[in-house]
Amino acid sequence: MMDEFKIPEKVITNIKGIAIPKPANDQNTDDILPARYMKEITFKKMGEYLYFDERFKEGETVEEHPMNDEKYKGATILIAGANYGCGSSREHAPQALHRFGINAVIAGSFAEIFAGNCASLGLVGIIVPTEKITQLAEYVKQNPSTEFDIDLAQKVIRYGEHVVEFDMLEGRRQAFLNGLWDAMAILQKNEEKIKETAAGLPYINFK
Amino acid sequence: MQLAITLRRHKMSKGTLYDKIWENHIVGKLPTGQTQIFVGRHMMHEVTSPQAFEMLRERGLNAKHPELTFAVTDHVIPTDDCSRPFKDEQAELMTKTIEDNTKEFGITYFGSDSGKQGVCHVIYPELGLICPGQLVVCGDSHTCTYGAFGVLAFGIGTTQVSHVLATQTMAMDKLKVRCVKFNGILSEGVTAKDLALYMIKKTGVEGGVGFAYEFSGDVVDNMSMEERMTLCNLVVEGGARSGYVNPDKTTFQYLKDKHYAPKEDFEKAVEYWESIASDEDAEYDDILSIDVSQVKPMVTWGVNPGQAIAIDEKIPEPDDFTDKKKEEAEDALEYIGLEGGIEVQGTPVDVVFIGSCTNGRLSDLEATAKILKGKKVSVKTLVVPGSEAVKRHAEQIGLDKIFVDAGAEWRHPGCSMCLGMNPDKLEGTQRSASTSNRNFKGRQGSPIGRTHLMSPITAAATAIEGKITDPRKYLEEESL
Repeated sequence: MMDEFKIPEKVITNIKGIAIPKPANDQNTDDILPARYMKEITFKKMGEYLYFDERFKEGETVEEHPMNDEKYKGATILIAGANYGCGSSREHAPQALHRFGINAVIAGSFAEIFAGNCASLGLVGIIVPTEKITQLAEYVKQNPSTEFDIDLAQKVIRYGEHVVEFDMLEGRRQAFLNGLWDAMAILQKNEEKIKETAAGLPYINFK
Repeated sequence: MQLAITLRRHKMSKGTLYDKIWENHIVGKLPTGQTQIFVGRHMMHEVTSPQAFEMLRERGLNAKHPELTFAVTDHVIPTDDCSRPFKDEQAELMTKTIEDNTKEFGITYFGSDSGKQGVCHVIYPELGLICPGQLVVCGDSHTCTYGAFGVLAFGIGTTQVSHVLATQTMAMDKLKVRCVKFNGILSEGVTAKDLALYMIKKTGVEGGVGFAYEFSGDVVDNMSMEERMTLCNLVVEGGARSGYVNPDKTTFQYLKDKHYAPKEDFEKAVEYWESIASDEDAEYDDILSIDVSQVKPMVTWGVNPGQAIAIDEKIPEPDDFTDKKKEEAEDALEYIGLEGGIEVQGTPVDVVFIGSCTNGRLSDLEATAKILKGKKVSVKTLVVPGSEAVKRHAEQIGLDKIFVDAGAEWRHPGCSMCLGMNPDKLEGTQRSASTSNRNFKGRQGSPIGRTHLMSPITAAATAIEGKITDPRKYLEEESL
């Protein structure tokens, strides 16, 4: 059943690259993308505004900020703490991450709406226990050029000599593996069933 | 084990309103294992829609059910001078864009000339668009507000907005259901806002992740619809995506005369609405009981809604916490410019903001007016009605005069100072007392601005004294 519905050009099996350590808990979407940038009507420039108010203060670049730090330039993976992406539902936040170059976030846990938004963009979100997040972040700070390999099929993260298991909602994992994270096509398929469901809802036609 | 707690979708809940509405809206299982659900009502605003309409255009698609879709401009609209074009070019473009998009796709848009404009989560309920048993989405996290009506309502992202526009469905995973019972005798001066902040302090900002909340108990039964909306509005600040109150006579009474609510079919509708409530023997994934007699007026001291205390408590010290929480407390205190171990009462503020989708309704303004009547504010105070209807009604009963006589600014409806997308912003390190829902760093428009969340009466008392103040002293005076 899965193969029928594969979208080959959108399949995501592995995310490879170096990682940025930012292990604070409860990082919210106002931090990730300040509200004033949501006044743009396209997502095109969101990558420029990522964590803007943390990275740039009064016109000065905060050199030590992990997103500004030369050591992590070109990173494709972010290591974050628990409850990542809490607060506002703004998709502008994962858009900013993705357009900045991040293809996967390893977090202690994700806020619900944010997790769904990441998946909609093909941005992979995976979970490891918070003690592991602390370990990973420390390791990366000591070894910034470490190459990570997030293997969605095997459900492991490989780095250096290490192999760490991760977790994620199974439906999302399947969506990445089959290219169905872009759900529009599969949602459009079921026209008859959609009509049936609508017909069974009395409130649609209450006068 | 942490992983299991966060991700386990083991559905134990049965017979709850959540289960019933979920079942009614299932279209089918998707190849990924997620569920495709039908969306009964799609509410929109100007911030999370432009890219979604563009996505439809790129794919050559139309809106599938424009008649189930409604839109408004609320986040960017100025609350002092809303004449067009707006001085802010981006705000003007954003507003023009939603006007053009809704016209092109055949969607009802409540513009400023309609008499119905306002904050989305204020206008849609007052128009009677939200009725029990619906599944409602919006590209906004505070969509959970509508749960007050016994609906399954939750926030979604812009790409999901495009899915709903194109197919009237979306992909979702079912949530667990936590029953939150508020019982006991509510003390004077304690409002729905305080109960919500108390609950989030108890659970933590992450405590509700993976859950929908059902609110019940005597206290909730006795709440008005507006109080229920305040309560449901804040569930997302505690991590829950959705929160609701079972529909009852209060709900039906509210809906009876509302513009879009059923008229001819009202009795039939009431029957349907009654059937959707949780069964007597409903089963839940978790139960949280809160004794409200313990609750006092609340105020946040830190940089997230969970960092809150009672008005007469001392701000915690970092040493009161362990591990990461200790670092977080230190960081929060540094940002907010306060010291642990001192009373939060008496902290001077620069601005007071009364409004937002949390506390911008008529009853919030009435409560504010009771405190401000015959008094003067000593700091800049914005009173922002949640909608044109709220504004009209407030003016009919003379509330505006009370606010203006007190020296406060009576504004036009909009999201205002909640989130820094319109001219109502903090400047520099200004400190605000705010009836909104988030006190994150930089939330109210200045990257170094400070926000303290509280109820409307606490904010009103604070406005009079120019510092964070216990509203109960003004309630005593009132009753003399």
